[in-house]
Amino acid sequence: MIQIENLTKVFEAKDEVVALQGINLQVNKGDIFGVIGMSGAGKSTLLRCIALLEQPSEGRVIVDGVELSSVKGRALIELRKSIGVIFQGYHLLMQRTVAQNVAFPLELNRMPRAQIHRRVSELLELVGLSGKADAYPSQLSGGQKQRVAIARALANNPKMLLCDEPTSALDSFTTKSILELLRSINRDLGVTIIIITHEIGVVRAICNRVAVINEGVFVEQGDTKEILDTPQSGITKLLLGIGGDN
Amino acid sequence: MQALLQTLTENWPMLATGIWETLAMTLISAFFAYLIGLPLGVLMIVTGKDGIHPMRTLHAVLGSIINIGRSIPFIILMLALFPVTRAIVGTSIGYKAAIVSLVVGAAPFIARLVETSLAEIDPGVVEAARTMGATDAQIIYKVLLPEALPSLVRGGSITTIMLVGYTAMAGAVGSGGLGAIAIRYGYYRYQPDLMYIPIVIIVILVQLIQWFFNLTAKALDKRNK
Repeated sequence: MIQIENLTKVFEAKDEVVALQGINLQVNKGDIFGVIGMSGAGKSTLLRCIALLEQPSEGRVIVDGVELSSVKGRALIELRKSIGVIFQGYHLLMQRTVAQNVAFPLELNRMPRAQIHRRVSELLELVGLSGKADAYPSQLSGGQKQRVAIARALANNPKMLLCDEPTSALDSFTTKSILELLRSINRDLGVTIIIITHEIGVVRAICNRVAVINEGVFVEQGDTKEILDTPQSGITKLLLGIGGDN
Repeated sequence: MQALLQTLTENWPMLATGIWETLAMTLISAFFAYLIGLPLGVLMIVTGKDGIHPMRTLHAVLGSIINIGRSIPFIILMLALFPVTRAIVGTSIGYKAAIVSLVVGAAPFIARLVETSLAEIDPGVVEAARTMGATDAQIIYKVLLPEALPSLVRGGSITTIMLVGYTAMAGAVGSGGLGAIAIRYGYYRYQPDLMYIPIVIIVILVQLIQWFFNLTAKALDKRNK
């Protein structure tokens, strides 16, 4: 479904910063794929390359046979609609109600009002926020805000959902409920999910496959169970809390 | 006090005209100045280095124009614009003539205020809209302007009150309004009462304007509901 070949991203600042170097990755349809690493490891840059927010310096990102960097203009906008993204900071529109936030991507598509109304109710029910349709984001808890963001990201029926530290601002109880929601979205709607995180608990809870990233390179990747049971690299051990010996 | 009240009643028709002219000058010029300043401010944000459509040269040129506009003292700008005013309005005196220079004076100021308001919006929100497939135009109309609305309204109070002050200055060089009355009667004809009364009326006008904008901004802002 997603194939990343030799992806390299260099930022041309005062000093060159190599954020990603020679990343190879294969995400299959139906996966919940985790990318875990310390802060500054390059995991957000990786997500931004898949989300079409950054152009790779080298290498290719291929989604369903389409190489992302070759897509321009109108087609790029259409391609973005097939990829949902949620963020650690939710990024909701503060001047719109919950329902209007979820309606936003549908409005961009010029969907008729009645149809928007129906779709928004459906989505709010899916994320368990039917009672909050007319509330504003400032009246919601962090977990509720992330649910709104998830509903919004799913509005256009994306085949893939990218999650950038989706639970890092949430307490452990709320984290659990958001992860359960993501799992049910994966299972019931068949949406492939990629989760960027620094929390090993998130990977353990819902990811079937995982890649460990450090200083812009993948140090290991494979089935979650295998990686967590028999970690090879020092970084993985550190993330598992059995480090100190690297 | 008695004398002041008497001056007020005796000169009421003139003062009422003054109030009307001051308000007309302020509101009409605010309207046209926003017609220029608002798009200019949006363009500054959009074409900026971290904007949704960076355009270095255009951004630099617009920035310079705004800075030049803002660095000319208003009273000088008015005098310098007399030929332009005459070409547009047909005369360089009276309250209608003042509107031309008020618009030119306020537009660059508004552009900067709008720029500041739009800069307050979380870049993450713009980025999220981008991932949902929003075009540049949709980001402007559906994200930047609506999200900044309360702040834009607060900026509106600053602009309007500044324009009230400018109209009074314009009174010195032949426009109408309360400023003209204060200068013509209060200053040149040594009738201090006719200096103080317009000042008090202007103070009241400014208070009312501020109060109106504050209420509107508060009612519009959904962040603290």
